[in-house]
Amino acid sequence: MSDLLQTALVSGLLGSSSVRIAALVGTAVALVSGVVGVHTVMRGQSFVGHSLSDIGATGGSGALFIGVNPLWGFLAMGAVAGGVLELMGLRRPRGRDVATGIVLGAELGLAALFLYWDASFRSTTGASISILFGSIFVINPAIVPVVIGFCAAAMATLLLLQRTLLLCSVSTDIASARGVPVRLVGVAHLMVMVLAVSLSALTIGAILSTALLIGPAAAALRVTRRPGLALIIAAGIGVAATWAGIALAYESYYWPPAGHGWPVSFFIVTLIFLFYLGADALSVLRGRRKARVRAPSLAAAERV
Amino acid sequence: MTEPARDPGGEEILAVDGVGVWLSGREVLRDVSFTIRAGEFTGLIGPNGAGKTTILRVILGLQAPSSGRITIAGRTRGRRDGLVGYVPQKVLLEPDVPLRARDLVGLGLDGHRLGISLPSRRRRQAVDEMLAAVSAERFADQRVGDLSGGEQQRVLIAHALISRPRLLLLDEPLANLDVRSESATVALLHRIAGEQGVAVLISAHDMNPLLPVMDRIVYLARGRAASGTTDEVVRPEVLGDLYGQHVDVLHVHDRVLVVAGPASRSDVALEREDVVAPAEVDCEDVVGGRR
Repeated sequence: MSDLLQTALVSGLLGSSSVRIAALVGTAVALVSGVVGVHTVMRGQSFVGHSLSDIGATGGSGALFIGVNPLWGFLAMGAVAGGVLELMGLRRPRGRDVATGIVLGAELGLAALFLYWDASFRSTTGASISILFGSIFVINPAIVPVVIGFCAAAMATLLLLQRTLLLCSVSTDIASARGVPVRLVGVAHLMVMVLAVSLSALTIGAILSTALLIGPAAAALRVTRRPGLALIIAAGIGVAATWAGIALAYESYYWPPAGHGWPVSFFIVTLIFLFYLGADALSVLRGRRKARVRAPSLAAAERV
Repeated sequence: MTEPARDPGGEEILAVDGVGVWLSGREVLRDVSFTIRAGEFTGLIGPNGAGKTTILRVILGLQAPSSGRITIAGRTRGRRDGLVGYVPQKVLLEPDVPLRARDLVGLGLDGHRLGISLPSRRRRQAVDEMLAAVSAERFADQRVGDLSGGEQQRVLIAHALISRPRLLLLDEPLANLDVRSESATVALLHRIAGEQGVAVLISAHDMNPLLPVMDRIVYLARGRAASGTTDEVVRPEVLGDLYGQHVDVLHVHDRVLVVAGPASRSDVALEREDVVAPAEVDCEDVVGGRR
C-alpha cells in the first residue's frame, strides 16, 4: 500500500484536478452506497438494488440523448422505477422478485433504444460505454456540488432512519405495532437506494453500481455482529476500494498496452470482490474456531 | 358470549368489547368480548383459523375492527406508545443480520424513534437487567440469527418488555419449540407477569402447556369467544355452543382434550387433539405431554 501511495504521489496522482474530483465524488458515493447497502442486504432487496442501477442506465442514456447531464436521467428514471416497484408490491418477497423482473426487462428495452438512437443520430460513440461503465475521470465539475449535496441528504436520511430501518428488518409487525410508518420508511429507503445507485452510476457506471451497493455491505455482514460497526465497515470498504481503484487506474496508464489506461471501474469492482472473499474467509475461520470452543459448553448446557 | 369475570382486584388493562372483523367478505370475528386485569395471565386458545392472530392484530391497532372497540389502560384511541409489548408469531432472522441479542433488546427502548442510539451507561444497564430477567445473559453477545428458537423467543420477550408495557401480547410463542423450551418459556412468562405486574395474553392452539399458570382463558372457535376461568369455559356446554356442535371435554391425566362429539366426528376436525386415539394419548403423555 505504501508503494502504491508513493507511486501515486510521485506520478502526480493528486496533482491532477480530474483525479481530485474523482476522489472526492468517489468517496462521497462510496460512503452512501456502503451504508444504504447494509440495509438493502438486510431487507433482502439486493435484486431490487441491482435492477435500479440497470434501470438507471435507461435514464442516463435518455438524458444523454436529449443533451442533459446523465445524473438527472439516472435519478429521474430511478425514482419512477422505485415508485412503480413500490406500487407493484415490493413489500412482499414474492411480489418483489416478479415486480422487479418485469420492470427491469421493460426498462432495459428502452435503454437499448436510447443508446441505439444516440449512436445512430448523434454519433457520440463513447456514450454507451460511459453510461454503462462509468466515467469517473471526466466528471463535469459543475455537477460536483450537486453530487455532494445529494450524498449529504442521503446520509442524513439514513442516520435519521437507522433505528426504524433496523426494527423493520427484524419484524414489520413489531415496527408497525410500535407506531413506525413501515411503508413510508420503506419508500424512504428505496429512494435513498435510487440516489446511491444513480450517483455511483456516474463513477463506476450504471451496470456496475450494484457492486458498490451490495459488495461492501455483504463483506461487512460477514465479519461483524454489530449494526453500527457493519455500516462503518461497509462504508470503509467502499471508500478503500474506490481510492485504490483510482490509484491503480492512474498507474495502469504505464501498463501494457502502453498509453491506454485500464478502466477504473474494473479495479474498483475487482477490489470489492476481493474484500468480500477476504471477509468470507475470515468468517469461516472464525466460525470454525467458535465451533471448537462452543461445542463442549453446548453439550454441558444440554445436560442441565 | 362472555362469562362474568371474577374480580382479582387488579386494574383493568384491556377491554375487548363486542369486536367483529370482516376480512375480504368473510366474518372472521363476531362479537368478541373479554377483559384482562393487571398481572393476569390469560391464554387465548383455539384451533388454527379461529381468529387468534386477528384479535391480537386488532388489539395492537394493526387491524381495524368492523364493529366494537378496544380499550387499553383506559384509552380507546390514539397513542398507545409503550403500553403494549408484542412478540409476533414468526420472526425469522437470517444469520447474517448484524444484530446481537443485546442490540435487539435495546431496539425495544428506542427502535421506533428517529436518529441513532448513542451508548450510555443507563441504556446498557437497562438492557443488561432485561437480559437477566429473561435469563439470556449467556448469549447476550451472539447474533440473534445464530440463536435457537427458544433463545430467540426469550430475546424477543425482553425486547417487548424493556419499555415496561402494561400488556404483553404473544402470538403462538410455543409453536415450534421443543418440550423443554416450551415449559421454560411458560415458566418465564408466568414469573415475569408476577414480577412486573404486566398483563400477559398469549395465544396457543393447545391449552395444555398453559394450564398450570393460566388465570383466565379466552377460548376462540369459529370467530366467537368465551372467557372466564378454565373451569368455567372448558366445559362441553360452553365449547359446544362455540363450535355449534356437540363436543366432549376429556381429562386424561393432567391434560384436557377437546373432542368432537360422536355424531359428527368424521366430518369436522376441531383440533389436532380430536383425532388422537386414547391409547396414543397415554403413550405420548409418558414422553412429555406433547402430541
